[in-house]
Amino acid sequence: MELIINGLKKAIEMILTGDREIFEITWLTLRVCFLATLISSIIGLPLGMFLGLTRFRGRKIILVLINIGMGLPPVVAGLWITMLLWRSGPLGHLQLLYSPTAIVMAQVLVSLPIITGLTSSAFQQINEKMLLQIKALGATKIQTFGILLKQTKIAIVAAIMAGLGRVIAEVGAAQMVGGNIQGDTRILTTSIVMEVSKGNFDVALAISFILLTVALLITASLTLLQQRKRLS
Amino acid sequence: MLKNRFFATLFVFMLLILSACGNTATEKEGATEKKPEPKAEPTELILATTTSTQDSGLLDELLPIFEKENNVKVKTIAVGTGQALEMGTKGEADVLLVHAPKSEEELVTSGDAVNRKRVMYNDFILIGPKDNPAGVSGDDVKAAFQKITEVKANFITRGDDSGTHKKELGIWTAANIQPTGDTYISTGQGMGASLQIANEKNGYILTDRATWLAQEKNLTNLTIVVEGGKDLMNIYHVMQVNPKKHDMVNSKDAEKFVEFMVNPETQDVIESFGKKEFGQSLFIKYTE
Repeated sequence: MELIINGLKKAIEMILTGDREIFEITWLTLRVCFLATLISSIIGLPLGMFLGLTRFRGRKIILVLINIGMGLPPVVAGLWITMLLWRSGPLGHLQLLYSPTAIVMAQVLVSLPIITGLTSSAFQQINEKMLLQIKALGATKIQTFGILLKQTKIAIVAAIMAGLGRVIAEVGAAQMVGGNIQGDTRILTTSIVMEVSKGNFDVALAISFILLTVALLITASLTLLQQRKRLS
Repeated sequence: MLKNRFFATLFVFMLLILSACGNTATEKEGATEKKPEPKAEPTELILATTTSTQDSGLLDELLPIFEKENNVKVKTIAVGTGQALEMGTKGEADVLLVHAPKSEEELVTSGDAVNRKRVMYNDFILIGPKDNPAGVSGDDVKAAFQKITEVKANFITRGDDSGTHKKELGIWTAANIQPTGDTYISTGQGMGASLQIANEKNGYILTDRATWLAQEKNLTNLTIVVEGGKDLMNIYHVMQVNPKKHDMVNSKDAEKFVEFMVNPETQDVIESFGKKEFGQSLFIKYTE
């Protein structure tokens, strides 16, 4: 109990005194997670819509693969990206291993299937009769698209939140491809692991509170956006 | 028309994210523009090392000095010695700072590592529960391992091919025991985490002294039971990854780093490290 209180105190102290290092680590975490979620959304949302609305041969196989990908353990993603980026690997000449870019790559790999999969389920639930009716009323393609987006808004934001949650919580891959390098690739989750292995439980706890606060703020604003009254 | 409000908000949110990412790019550029006006862009050096040098805080003391003197950015990858050596054989690191002399010699023989130099030492110690069920003491670690096996007390092993794990296996072999059974618990984790497990499971565990001193405050059930034996010495070497065998290695800075680790001034920093906090040196200088 005392440890938790000490951790909370330390967290508040870190924030109030403007601890430069923790600020930089938090900032890097945000940048990396947002960028990864953004890339995953840009690819995943249209891909999910396409998979949800169209029917073609091989579509089910793709859906199976995406559903497996939703459970892809981050360390596996980390291992693949590591081998890809090794100096002796196929992309070794880019010298990207142990850089924030490498973390983003690994995080896209774990969040893309989640965003794609959840988006496609949302679009699969759209009633076909409604689609017909929209067509019958003479909607243009863009208008149809807008109506569908409105119908699936809640699910789309949920998909983005799930993807973002995955990358913020992720530690295995970031540790492996980032290397937890001070001032370079150290993010909130990897610093927690490091402080625990150093035996500094109070600091680890303090960082965990900061991480939770950040996650809470982001999720809260996205939830508010999602739950806004249906406007029609 | 209101239906667009949601998408407008979403769009603004996306823009915010984009601008956040954009900012970082400009900020980075700004930072690089500001700093190295007189100097060139710092070169990068990948240092693969054991967890004990990072977790004890030694590297935080040494690396800034080296980075400043040579305009190098050292990327420290703190892993078990086994993995650090593997990174050496693959040419994934430029320079290694590790503590498993026998395995290191294999790397030198195979030509993957060159310019290997002795840097420092500390010692391994055997930690055990305060009530000491096996009743071990003194400085004979082999006898202690035998007794622990006889009374079937819990023994925690790293099991991760690290320098400490290699050392422990060497002692078992020397004592002619094949450790097995429910009481031989393999954690597969770093030194700190393994000490925690020993603390919870009331087990014996071999550790390096630096990590023990740094963590002692959290390990209320444990105490040092065996220390000081000759075979408990823990020697650290630094070495370069052979640039002739691996073409992407930064050998220029790696060579500088080896020289840096053995030069007298650095050696003094190493020896004085930890004296303030723990009242004793965590590492003792030991060049050839």
